[in-house]
Amino acid sequence: MANVNIKFNGIPYSVPEGITIIEAARLVDVNIPTLCYLKDINEIGACRICVVEVVGQRNLVASCVYPVSEGMEIITNSERVFNSRKHNLQLILSTHDNRCLACVQNGHCELQKICRDFGVDDVNMFDGEINHYEIDDSAEHMYRDNNKCILCRRCVAACEKVQGVSVIGPNERGFNTHIGCAFDQPLGDVACVGCGQCIVVCPTGAISEKDHTKSVWKAIQDPTKHVIVQTAPAIRATLGEMFDYPIGTNVEGKMVSALRRLGFDKIFDTNFGADATIMEEANEFIERLQNGGTLPMITSCSPGWVKFCEHNYPEMIPNLSSCKSPMQMLGAIIKTWYAEQNNIDPKDIFVVGVMPCTAKKFEIGRPDQSASGYPDVDAVLTTRELGHMISRAGIDFKNLPDEDFDNPLGESSGAGTIFGATGGVMEAALRTAAEKITGKQASEVDFMEVRGTEGIKEATYNIGGVELNVCVCSGLANARKVLDAVKSGEKKYHFIEVMACPGGCINGGGQPVQPSAVRNFVDLKSLRAMALYSEDMRKTIRKSHENPAIQKLYTTYLGSPGSSKAHRILHTSYVERDKF
Amino acid sequence: MSNCSCVPFKGTKEQQKKLEAAIEKYKDQSGALMPVMQAAQDIYGYLPIEVQKMIASGLNVPLEQVYGISTFYAQFSLSPKGKYAISVCLGTACYVKGSGKIFERLKTVLGIDDGGCTPDGKFSLESCRCIGACGLAPVLTVNEEVYGRLTVDDVDKIIEKYKALD
Repeated sequence: MANVNIKFNGIPYSVPEGITIIEAARLVDVNIPTLCYLKDINEIGACRICVVEVVGQRNLVASCVYPVSEGMEIITNSERVFNSRKHNLQLILSTHDNRCLACVQNGHCELQKICRDFGVDDVNMFDGEINHYEIDDSAEHMYRDNNKCILCRRCVAACEKVQGVSVIGPNERGFNTHIGCAFDQPLGDVACVGCGQCIVVCPTGAISEKDHTKSVWKAIQDPTKHVIVQTAPAIRATLGEMFDYPIGTNVEGKMVSALRRLGFDKIFDTNFGADATIMEEANEFIERLQNGGTLPMITSCSPGWVKFCEHNYPEMIPNLSSCKSPMQMLGAIIKTWYAEQNNIDPKDIFVVGVMPCTAKKFEIGRPDQSASGYPDVDAVLTTRELGHMISRAGIDFKNLPDEDFDNPLGESSGAGTIFGATGGVMEAALRTAAEKITGKQASEVDFMEVRGTEGIKEATYNIGGVELNVCVCSGLANARKVLDAVKSGEKKYHFIEVMACPGGCINGGGQPVQPSAVRNFVDLKSLRAMALYSEDMRKTIRKSHENPAIQKLYTTYLGSPGSSKAHRILHTSYVERDKF
Repeated sequence: MSNCSCVPFKGTKEQQKKLEAAIEKYKDQSGALMPVMQAAQDIYGYLPIEVQKMIASGLNVPLEQVYGISTFYAQFSLSPKGKYAISVCLGTACYVKGSGKIFERLKTVLGIDDGGCTPDGKFSLESCRCIGACGLAPVLTVNEEVYGRLTVDDVDKIIEKYKALD
């Protein structure tokens, strides 16, 4: 594309034709603040915070929707621009719950930061009528507090365009406009899947996860409880962001160290659960393949995806793998095998999952998820909640020593690690399935075609003379495309991996919230995924079935993958749910 | 606008057939939702959740999108018209003559909001702008019947009169 010559604040630049002012500004390192803009999915010019002067134009323009053109002179830092932004902020504050000190986003709020930047000194400038909304706490995983909502519609865009879930939107009009569900039903009663993608894009504290930290603190301080924590593969790749590490820094050692100092009795790795998942899932896949079972088989690790399938594609429930998710598998193993081996009554064990995911808070309460007779997992913390616990406990994260997970359930393979990124489950499953099908040790363990952060990836592998068509997708809007193509017969796959969140768990709804200034222009997904793939490369054991602790679990307890005991402990069932 | 109707849905097979025909007619066009919603409003007289679900399923659009539009435009109603549809003029002349108080009294007596309908389907209530009877201000209409020069006390009498009718 051709370039055009423009000026930002008097300094000349050459930028590609056709892009918007805000994109051009980013290219030349000029920052323009925004509240509603999300690149590619929410470009609606609603908040009027990104206004700039264009020489020759009478009015200020919204830079997120205004394209650059030859000779354009743009001024982003004049008093007129500052005053306009400040005025708009004060108008936003006229209907905003200003009790910032008691807000979950205090200190991380985009609105708060911009108010500080533009010197908003009177939050009651436009005093007047204000709507009071009840907090919607009906969903298992989150709150919606519309008193803090600024109607930027980022959550609506995430729900509709990224996820294709579309259960929230603007209702009514004018002063009464508010974000809600159809017929203003509570979120817990509609087809919300709990992915939390709305939470990570909200510029204020209007949407937040349900806090499980209280029950975790309580369990830690209860001497009768044996409190075990497990961390998902993706946590080590993102927890550092809570402590100002560069995005994509692997902080596994310090994370384990911090958990020990928080007072957990054992620190296990959900990667072990991932390895167990692969043992069961690879076996289930081969059985389906060889015995004429329902194909394509679809992964079931992502609870947001599972609920999406139950609501929107109930006819494909037989395609879902019956495997529990890695978190639930590890929880079940802890409360059965580990409990027996260590002579602990499972009722005294409290299992905490640290997850990149808000849907996990829903998953722990699902039926058929309590192998020991007690829930497999008792509480789920998001990466954010763990970060807050570490801060509250006064732990100096950056200066912690690196420590290792506890044995035996802290041992894992590289295959388990890459579960945290889109394509990881497929690759891990193929590493094991290939050897099971051929009966030979494979020298090649890298399945590069299923890696990368694209929304839909396809590959065909010849394994032991069988052509296997696989598909990997992330982001539920992409899952919809894939499933529709399968249903219409346009596509024939043997195995499909679906992750609810775009890019997989590393970009989950429970991950640290990055402000739009970062989210819009930095590829969070790739940077975070890199941390996982480099750990996989470093590991000596890279296939789940070669994990010695997994081998011990099967020889001493479960028998073989797919055994009736394995089924009772590690598999689950699904329910049909309403579409609306 | 009232957000929910407590009146049980009594759609007929014929109405459903008409709506399905409208969906069939528009479903492959872009922007099909508005004309289908307008057709549904004509067919049923209002857009309860049962009708909105048929539209959402038929056009393969999210229910929330249908609902969002139905609450944005005043032309769509979420409540049926009652057997006796009461309209209170809140235009300037009527308003200065106290129609606001009459409207409030009606809301209390009927237990419904602007745009609502009583659960027995007998009365619905809405505010309207000038109906050209300023000489009689303040005025309200019940179906085609006009009542003018009202006081708040007249409200109860009018309601009693229609309650006594079938």
